[in-house]
Amino acid sequence: MKRAPTHSYPGLNLGRRHASADKASEVVTFGFWVFLMSDLVYFGLMFAIYITMIDAQAGGPGPHELFDLTSIFAQTLILLTSSLTVGLAMLALKYNLPRWRIVFWFCVTLVLGFSFLVLEIHDFMSMAEKGGIPQRSGFLSAFYGLVPLHGLHVAAGCLWLIVLGIQLRVFGLTDLLMSRVVRLALFWHFLDLIWIGIITIVYFGGLTYG
Amino acid sequence: MTTSESGFFGRLNWDAFPIAGLIQTPNANEIVANAAAGVVIVGVVAVVGLLTWFRLWGSLWRDWLTSADHKKIGIMYIVFAIVMLARGVLEGVVMRAQQAAGPGDGFLEPEHFAELFSTHGTIMIFFVAVPFVFGVANFLVPLMIGARDVAFPVMNQISLGLTVSAGMMLMVSLVVGEFSTGGWTAYPPYTGAAFNPGVGPDYWIWAIVVSGIGTTLTGINFAVTIYKLRAPGMKFMRLPMYCWTIICSSILIVFAMPPLGVAALLLAADRYLDFHFFTNDLGGNMMNYANLFWLFGHPEVYLLVLPAYGIYSEVFATFSAKRLYGYNSLVIATMSIAVLSFTVWLHHFFTMGQSALINAVFGIATMLIAIPTGVKVYDWMATMFRGRIRFSVPMLYGLAFLMLFVIGGLSGVILANPTVDYQVHNTLFLVAHFHNVLLPGVLFGLLAGYNYWFPKAFGFRLSEFWGRVSVALWTVGFMLTFLPLYFVGLMGMPRRSFSWEDPSFHPYMIVAVVGALVILCALLSVIVQLWVSIRDREKTRVPVGDPWDARTLEWSTPAPPPPYNFAIIPHVTDRDNFAAAKERGNAYPTPDAYEDISVPLNTGIGFILCVLSGIWMFALVWWIWWLAALMTVMMLGSFIAWTFKTETERVIPAEEVRKRHEAWLDLVHKSTPVDRDHETAPENRGLARPDLEAAT
Amino acid sequence: MALSRMSPKGMQVLIAAAVFTVTAQTAGASDSFMDPQGPIAAVQKLHLFRATVLILIAVVPVLVLVPLIAIRYRRRSGSNALYRPKWDFSGRLEFVMWGVPVVIVALLSFYLWKATHRLDPYAARFGETPALNVQVVGLDWKWLFIYPDLGIASVGEFGIPVKQQVAMTLTTDTVMQSFMIPALAGQIYAMPGMTTQLHIVSDAPGTMQGENTQYNGRGFTKQKFQTIAMPTEDFSTWVEKVRTNGIQLDEKTYRILAMRSDRDEVQTALGTAQMPGNALYFTLGDIDLFQSIVHRYHGGEGLQVDQQPGTVEFGQEASQ
Repeated sequence: MKRAPTHSYPGLNLGRRHASADKASEVVTFGFWVFLMSDLVYFGLMFAIYITMIDAQAGGPGPHELFDLTSIFAQTLILLTSSLTVGLAMLALKYNLPRWRIVFWFCVTLVLGFSFLVLEIHDFMSMAEKGGIPQRSGFLSAFYGLVPLHGLHVAAGCLWLIVLGIQLRVFGLTDLLMSRVVRLALFWHFLDLIWIGIITIVYFGGLTYG
Repeated sequence: MTTSESGFFGRLNWDAFPIAGLIQTPNANEIVANAAAGVVIVGVVAVVGLLTWFRLWGSLWRDWLTSADHKKIGIMYIVFAIVMLARGVLEGVVMRAQQAAGPGDGFLEPEHFAELFSTHGTIMIFFVAVPFVFGVANFLVPLMIGARDVAFPVMNQISLGLTVSAGMMLMVSLVVGEFSTGGWTAYPPYTGAAFNPGVGPDYWIWAIVVSGIGTTLTGINFAVTIYKLRAPGMKFMRLPMYCWTIICSSILIVFAMPPLGVAALLLAADRYLDFHFFTNDLGGNMMNYANLFWLFGHPEVYLLVLPAYGIYSEVFATFSAKRLYGYNSLVIATMSIAVLSFTVWLHHFFTMGQSALINAVFGIATMLIAIPTGVKVYDWMATMFRGRIRFSVPMLYGLAFLMLFVIGGLSGVILANPTVDYQVHNTLFLVAHFHNVLLPGVLFGLLAGYNYWFPKAFGFRLSEFWGRVSVALWTVGFMLTFLPLYFVGLMGMPRRSFSWEDPSFHPYMIVAVVGALVILCALLSVIVQLWVSIRDREKTRVPVGDPWDARTLEWSTPAPPPPYNFAIIPHVTDRDNFAAAKERGNAYPTPDAYEDISVPLNTGIGFILCVLSGIWMFALVWWIWWLAALMTVMMLGSFIAWTFKTETERVIPAEEVRKRHEAWLDLVHKSTPVDRDHETAPENRGLARPDLEAAT
Repeated sequence: MALSRMSPKGMQVLIAAAVFTVTAQTAGASDSFMDPQGPIAAVQKLHLFRATVLILIAVVPVLVLVPLIAIRYRRRSGSNALYRPKWDFSGRLEFVMWGVPVVIVALLSFYLWKATHRLDPYAARFGETPALNVQVVGLDWKWLFIYPDLGIASVGEFGIPVKQQVAMTLTTDTVMQSFMIPALAGQIYAMPGMTTQLHIVSDAPGTMQGENTQYNGRGFTKQKFQTIAMPTEDFSTWVEKVRTNGIQLDEKTYRILAMRSDRDEVQTALGTAQMPGNALYFTLGDIDLFQSIVHRYHGGEGLQVDQQPGTVEFGQEASQ
């Protein structure tokens, strides 16, 4: 196991001769952080909308009738594990482990991401069976405006995993792709962070105040 | 017809074309509508025809549409903004004419008038002010901070593509269907599916969503560019004032565009999917919309006006031949305005019934903004104080701005008082106020910048005479059009009135329409100025690149600058680095060595996304679901395909850089420096003679 | 430069002319708080002028000094004015530049705080009590005034007793609107399914125009009404007149009233010979009309479009 050279972007193994590539990944990663901040505002506003609409149930089904905490618990476990596996992919990158290690952890993450989506969609369908459709009330509109938005991000993350996996296979571990791996990992952790907000505010908050 | 049961062409049919209306009911209203549609069609045909006639398609594609050069993207932004400005001004004139045709009903149908004020507002904010501001920023920021390009050149191109395709939706709405009648704010429930089932609000929604994404990407791009790509030695407190304003603007964009996106998308969910965010029934609440919209809307006006402040800061310093007074104050003031702008959104709806306490708090927060703004005005005056002021065109815009903008500030602080706002909210007083800050504030600033940096972009100066004519016309036109509206507003005339009865409004309406015609002439004078300047360009060439004896880095490059901006990245030692270098006498150093320079490679991705997103929006507006789905897949596909491209930069060899740079240095050494008395004479080739003492 | 000299002069002329017209038009019915007919609008006007004067302290120096500086320090041969190209900071000047606006804003804030609380539209600080209760419903494109305690309602004519406080509760049965009688008080939004409040009081008998200021479609500019302030006895007579001449405001009548129709169209549809040409009078059949309108949006079920007043499906131009 080799140590990463000093003076490089943390978490990236760019060689000594890669000064410009190193600077480029610093710029790109910083830009991605700025993007995530902007995206965070989207979620923040959707949380705010949800909170203001928690009482707008208009006689329709509310959190107590609709939310299934067992499934939420399973989804949480899956998503948190996937954050761990993305982290392991990052470690593989940082310590110059063979490329297949990164791809392997990507595959595990992808499977976890899909399982999460399957469970989530299953949840939505069972909610719909109980009359919990977004057209029913402001509260449900807010729920379906927020939780599937997160789901959509997870789906986008899965697509990104697939594309990046293919690119790693085609191009090998180039500087550019290394910096993409870093950004994907950031994105994935960001989704976890949002999910923590969702279980706290949407599910626990909904059950407490709804 | 509901969303689920539309056919192959969705809800598109022949009645959507304005000519159908003209055939059924030929009247003034339909003639205006058809003339507008006709202008769009003739315009498109003319552009296509001219490009074909002069065989410019190839060069347009190679040199412009696929270019990722920040300077070219900036210029394309500005061209787009000016085209949209022409439409916006024309709409303004038609609206003023409609009101001047009173008392009574005028010549337009109410719905048509409503479309006019909705498109006018939407265009002027999203498709004139924003692209103009960021066009100038695109051109300038890398040059000012000593960088070779922005942080993400391709993303920059995509931003432009999305902004333009969204703007085109506004043009398409003239020819197919109609635009929203809900104003630029599009408040539900009026814009909801129940009350407005037509395509109008959908055009608004998608134009806003797509241009909003473009603007957000621009904000990210410029924040990162200024944070990360400054030349060595350019500390934050050595940034040109203009770059400070752009960084504040960019931060505002990053945080303020999401609320707009959320507002528009939730409205879309209500309209398309029968959600209940803002509907009357089932727990919808339109007050959420008002909050979301203005959480965006207020920072928006500052993200437009701050860059204009930045332009004025550069202009006042250069044309007073003096350092900018109170740099630190100006930086603090700019940052304070940016932060405070997020704390005042509620003043757009003091009248929604919240408690006096909340109104008072937001009212005071609003007035606080007047403090840093006032400081800025005083700082500019102090910059002129003990200077050597030249009344060149940008400076004239600056002076007109100072005199008129304080009137807008006055009415702004008045509006910050909830008690007064109860009376003048939704009246023409408010309309006069925001035109008073947007015209002398933003537009004059942009025009000043346009006159100031044009020689840098194209290598020749703009006509001074026609510049002066347009300053005069804009100023007089503005005063005649909008100052009367303050008084009509105080007299109680609601905004967006297509008719009125009170005879005491009449004289004001007449003055205002005369003013609107003067503004139209002002717009024409800008075009004439451009025409005359292109015609006489041989007499006004400034290849050396510093026609105004200016102070910041961008003037140390040739005009127009090479694709790589700087042959050698400068080392910055001073705030006005170029002015300091000129004083030291080494403004044009000969480099010891040259190196290979990589610049972004041309790419078609921005243009492809522009076209695809345009079709996508059209399909969504007209419920052509298969097409919308196809476009979604194609947009995703083309973006993913682009990420497989590994070659994104081309290298300009050191030898080529050396040849080019040495040729220019030769020119510098051969040129005769001119003093400021000959600034507008043909012998001004862009090499300034320091004459600090000569003027005293 | 000629320009910068011209602008303030041009402005002065304009302001003078405008002030003249604003004050000269006070002869007729008042449509503006520049000619206040009640204490609330009077305080608003006073506050406007006070704020303007205070802000002018910061603005006038700019208007005066900019031309002076521009002329004095213009570049010309033989100029004897000082030239300090490197001067870019002065502590004392900074103190004034920041200090003066801070003091002005502090003063303005003080007045703002007081006035905002004093003129809170929800607070009943002016006029004689007990207040007259009025419920106001915004429709496309007319205002309906319900007097729940008197059993009457009107459209187009809003009778109020002089000096007595009028306590209004507002809602709409269509899109958002904004209610305002400029000569008496400022505006307040009326929103579907929600209520807002406004208190007004008038000083003397007179007629004042009221309006909606929030664009809501074709009939927007015709959504006006006359507010008639009357001495108490005249008001009682007016109430009697409405009661005797009014038609009953039952469900059927309300449905016609709530359709998309402007003042003239609804007058044709519902007006009778006993009513004035520009007003409709009603007696209240259903005393809880206002509550039922607000509650329309709080049922547990979605509203069909044809049950939503203000939509095309609900009906328009009073033609059935």
